[in-house]
Amino acid sequence: MSAPALQRHTATQESAWVRWSLIGLALVFMGLFLVLPLAAVFTEALRKGWDAYWEALKEPDAWSAIRLTLLTAAVAVPLNLVFGVAAAWAIAKYEFRGKAFLTTLVDLPFSVSPVVAGLVYVLVFGAQGWLGPWLDSHGIKIVFAVPGIILATVFVTFPFIARELIPLMQAQGNEEEQAAIVLGASGWQTFWHVTLPNIKWGLIYGVILCNARAMGEFGAVSVVSGHIRGQTNTMPLHVEILYNEYQSAAAFAVASLLALLALVTLAIKTWVEWRHERELRAAAEMPPERPLAAAPSSTGA
Amino acid sequence: MSAPKRVLPGFHLTLGYALLYLSLVVLIPLSALAFKTFTLTWPQFWEAVTAPRVLASYRLTFGASLIAALVNVFFGLLVAWVLVRYSFPGKKIVDALVDLPFALPTAVAGISLTALLAGNGWIGQHLEPLGIQLAFNPNGVVIALIFIGLPFVVRTVQPVLEDTEKELEEAAMCLGATRWQTFAKVILPTIAPALLTGFAMAFARAIGEYGSVIFIAGNMPMVSEITPLIIIGKLEQYDIAGATAVASVMLIISFMLLLVINGLQAWQRRKS
Repeated sequence: MSAPALQRHTATQESAWVRWSLIGLALVFMGLFLVLPLAAVFTEALRKGWDAYWEALKEPDAWSAIRLTLLTAAVAVPLNLVFGVAAAWAIAKYEFRGKAFLTTLVDLPFSVSPVVAGLVYVLVFGAQGWLGPWLDSHGIKIVFAVPGIILATVFVTFPFIARELIPLMQAQGNEEEQAAIVLGASGWQTFWHVTLPNIKWGLIYGVILCNARAMGEFGAVSVVSGHIRGQTNTMPLHVEILYNEYQSAAAFAVASLLALLALVTLAIKTWVEWRHERELRAAAEMPPERPLAAAPSSTGA
Repeated sequence: MSAPKRVLPGFHLTLGYALLYLSLVVLIPLSALAFKTFTLTWPQFWEAVTAPRVLASYRLTFGASLIAALVNVFFGLLVAWVLVRYSFPGKKIVDALVDLPFALPTAVAGISLTALLAGNGWIGQHLEPLGIQLAFNPNGVVIALIFIGLPFVVRTVQPVLEDTEKELEEAAMCLGATRWQTFAKVILPTIAPALLTGFAMAFARAIGEYGSVIFIAGNMPMVSEITPLIIIGKLEQYDIAGATAVASVMLIISFMLLLVINGLQAWQRRKS
């Protein structure tokens, strides 16, 4: 990302006029499509002043939506974290048949519409679904209740951590782990003391993206939630209800918390990239030869 | 990875756990959709997926997704180009901001874009006197999908653009090419696979998108109703069979797009 030295590369540099027009056009586009919506969230949230803002957040239904969102993320993220590490270990460290296919399957939830993701859980656990009658006779409620919300969230955030770790661990190879094993370390020791320090930035990166999506998921959760105020409403669903009831300021107040979450996520993400880059450079690993495995392509379709 | 294969422990444990979890969370629920679809009779299925209102929703969903993905190819390339090639104040912040659509919950994006573009919004109030309406019609759908898809193009093109060899451009220059010719004949072919991949990803994401669209679309049947909303509508009327039929069409299209994207990525790796 280093800027080319301006004078030296005049042959492959556009004229200043072209350069600044392109920069200007890009900035106008980004301003209109990204900055303005972000600014609008906070402006609309504070339209009726700080008092109304706090009132909207202190309201019991808003508060229970916040708690449910936190609970959902607190269950979904660790589940996908354990899966992500296990899948990345199996895929990156070994050769086996069907590996490419398995890697594709890991990405599958990204290409399924969130609404379809919610629907499949209704088909499994709903009243007319596979397990519906059995669950009903045992008094267990999954769909239109909290477990369904968590399951749908687990589905849509399924690939985040795995797809961050797989290329990273593949790029790092097996040599360090093999050395540790040969020197007498156990499998767990090797993982904790050799692998984990090597993948920690990719891990943090995956976790914060997974968390952001888990807290912000709307479509899938909307299908399985049942929209019971104070019980099965996550923050994004609460935003929808308030908005549809024309309580715009209150809707934007709750939305502003989610927007803050997004900003914090971006800040941590940028910080992780910066730390990772610095570590790589400190390790003097010929920076241009080794693209940052953790950096881009994080959230594919 | 040509080293002796299974020196490291944990192969069966990790692979077994990954497969079990994958099956429980993803594969079995998705197969429920297939099984449910097969319980429908053919006329039932056909009627559900080809009703005029459903056909109109396909046209809107695919049309708007296509337009949005094309807009994103153009502006995504522009943003990636500016971020890789030039330096300007605030570049780091702009770079970080590109990922905002990944991080911002879609419902928040939806109500915020609506607030901006509605007749009394910051932008809408200046456009309405001119007779331009961007919210509560298909235009709004396209705008929401542009927002959602932008990072896919930028983040796939950016690393490839960083890796392009300056020497090729210098050679083109020495051979008398103009800067534009160099871009069109040397740079563009190099980044074409990445650009196409980004396009396909943005398109695939746009087709399934729900949260950001429903607030701004207006959701008028036959006019501005997207396919995921049709599924929700059928579910709310307890028409689970109909919802399943439409969902299975969407799922098949998603699978095909996933295959296309995988193919494009393989092409990209071969090229680089």
